[in-house]
Amino acid sequence: MDIFLQQLVNGLTLGAFYGLIALGYTMVYGIIGMINFAHGDIYMIGAFISLIGFLLFGVVGVESVPIAIMMVLAISMFFTACYGWAVERIAYRPLRGSPRLAPLISAIGMSILLQNYVQITQGARVKPLQPMVEGSYRITLGPEAHLNISLLQGIIMVLTVGLMLAFSFLIKRTSLGRAQRATQQDMTMAGLLGVNVNRTISITFVMGAALAAVAGMMATLYYGVIDFYIGFIAGIKAFTAAVLGGIGSLPGAMLGGLLIGMIESFWPLFFSMEYRDVAVFGVLVLVLIFRPTGLLGRPEIEKV
Amino acid sequence: MGNAAARARPPLVAALRDAAVAAGVTAVLAVPFLGFRLEDSAQGLSLGYRFMWVVYAALAVFAGRLLLSLAAHRVAPALVASFHRRTAGVHLPARFGNKVGWAMVGIAALLPWLPFADRSLMSVATLVLIYIMLGWGLNIVVGLAGLLDLGYVAFYAIGAYSFALLSLHFGLSFWICLPLAGILAAFMGLLLGFPVLRLRGDYLAIVTLGFGEIIRVILVNWQEVTNGPNGISNIPRPTLFGLHFEGPFKTPAPEGTGFADFLGIAFSPMQPIIFLYYVIFLLVLLTTLFAQRIRRLPTGRAWEALREDEIACRSLGINPVTVKLSAFAIGAFFAGLAGCFFATRQGTISPESFSFIESATILALVVLGGMGSQIGIVLAAVLLIGLPESQWLRDLAEYRMLVFGGVMVLIMLWRPQGLLSHRSPTVALEDGAGKPAP
Repeated sequence: MDIFLQQLVNGLTLGAFYGLIALGYTMVYGIIGMINFAHGDIYMIGAFISLIGFLLFGVVGVESVPIAIMMVLAISMFFTACYGWAVERIAYRPLRGSPRLAPLISAIGMSILLQNYVQITQGARVKPLQPMVEGSYRITLGPEAHLNISLLQGIIMVLTVGLMLAFSFLIKRTSLGRAQRATQQDMTMAGLLGVNVNRTISITFVMGAALAAVAGMMATLYYGVIDFYIGFIAGIKAFTAAVLGGIGSLPGAMLGGLLIGMIESFWPLFFSMEYRDVAVFGVLVLVLIFRPTGLLGRPEIEKV
Repeated sequence: MGNAAARARPPLVAALRDAAVAAGVTAVLAVPFLGFRLEDSAQGLSLGYRFMWVVYAALAVFAGRLLLSLAAHRVAPALVASFHRRTAGVHLPARFGNKVGWAMVGIAALLPWLPFADRSLMSVATLVLIYIMLGWGLNIVVGLAGLLDLGYVAFYAIGAYSFALLSLHFGLSFWICLPLAGILAAFMGLLLGFPVLRLRGDYLAIVTLGFGEIIRVILVNWQEVTNGPNGISNIPRPTLFGLHFEGPFKTPAPEGTGFADFLGIAFSPMQPIIFLYYVIFLLVLLTTLFAQRIRRLPTGRAWEALREDEIACRSLGINPVTVKLSAFAIGAFFAGLAGCFFATRQGTISPESFSFIESATILALVVLGGMGSQIGIVLAAVLLIGLPESQWLRDLAEYRMLVFGGVMVLIMLWRPQGLLSHRSPTVALEDGAGKPAP
């Protein structure tokens, strides 16, 4: 029982990562109908900028950990958002309206480019960061049964829930969100009615990248090691989460992220740890075959 | 940027402004990665600084952008116009592509006998041929049938491992394993294709990518069969009608069984290399002949029709599932053959050789060459695989993948259809002048 609860907490933490990255996939897919293949690498960029930020604050001598985290978060979100914007501007916008495969190939090229850019500029070796947030809460469930929730896990969950709420508000209640939803439904019509479509799409990429930066910072703190390749697997898993929840749906992305996190954390209890990634990809295949619209997605009707 | 703004201002001012903006963005982007460097040291990570790089990057982008927009304004239209003037009325001979193709076949067949053909050139040429074969195999799936497959390397891996395991455990020879490897790979193609082919283009891409990763994870972790990350070594070399080219450790084959012995000539280390080259050369020929013929058969025409419009095909009574499955299986078959050859050439295989980046490389060959164009793939393979391997570009190996990704993006921006592409359907209505109707 206590192992079960412990894995539940770990799964929720993992799910928070995937959910945050999946939001970026799902928003971009919703608005322009393409898989932003480079999004996983944007997350990796966010993780590297956070690591650099933490080291920088260590050099400058910022003692307070909460202040350092908040400032690194802001810096990482800013620079990563710039990268997200630039990727869209350079590699996707000129291809709007070209054959469906062209932006996808361009995105794969961008992903390879970003990975190698980071590898060349920062070195290929794994980068460690010593733990910054320590301490954990121990909840006694009964004799011999405890549940450990580390402070960091608490921070991650609170931060994720807060961001989710802020985002729902942004999409549902502001004029920017209205423009996004309009563009999502019909780009041409939205343009005719005075929505600046290009700007709206850019902002979508910027928001997705900022969320990925948050996930990247949390990953840096939580795992303590990053390298230039982390974006690939995390990206595929987050994409799986987005598809599982129903691509295009924001609550779906979060739900899918949580489910993937759960699958990952419960899998080793029953099966071999090595095949954990296979389980996630298997879920992706199964979902696409039996429920291509995902759990919360709407069916898409193909018209001639 | 805004066309109206560019027209209102004199071009130079607009170009300067544009270049300044681009340089500013570059500077911001460059700060975290070029400005700082994470350095490993005894006490853990430390930060290095190199802010001049940020300045250099910004200046380079400023100059590049300025030149580009000025050139785009003044030079490019003039060039394009003159190009159109000169080429108006010039038509390539009808079978021009065929002639180029035969010339290439001739050069490839004679390559080992040319005076400058040394060991390293032959090894690069063999590698290029492997990629051409993979490219043509994937071209059947992506170029002809229009199914984006990001896990093609899985079938390559299956071919390689089938040969390695069959020869290791059952002592089967290369020539028996070659078709078996192809068939096994094709079978896996069917197995994967059957459930997923109902998916739309980009979903299919992601699922095939997942499949490729699953195969790799299995190869790494199924220790008892695949020997895990260490891979399988001591894979035998092919023989020519029972004649061996070399014994173990690259020495002459044992007395009485060797090719050199049989012909009564002296053994030279070039012989096995040239033999392997001709084996892959024949395999490549087989692939291209097959691809050429099948395009004119009902199956191939159904592939191309399906690529252009799936709904129209369904209305005309083509069953998309069987058509797609055949493309998938045949593409996988050729990957299996290539994998089998790869295993015998390397002598050692490990899961490392079958990562996603290989799939992306092969896909890049197909896409950059111009989907559906066979000669385009050859050009792309020589450029992207052959050139970086050659001696004078070896020093730049570190930047190879960086350039590779950049080239992928640039070519997509410049020619979303690929380098050599007119994507002409194999059959088309002809108008009176004998040219295909638009």
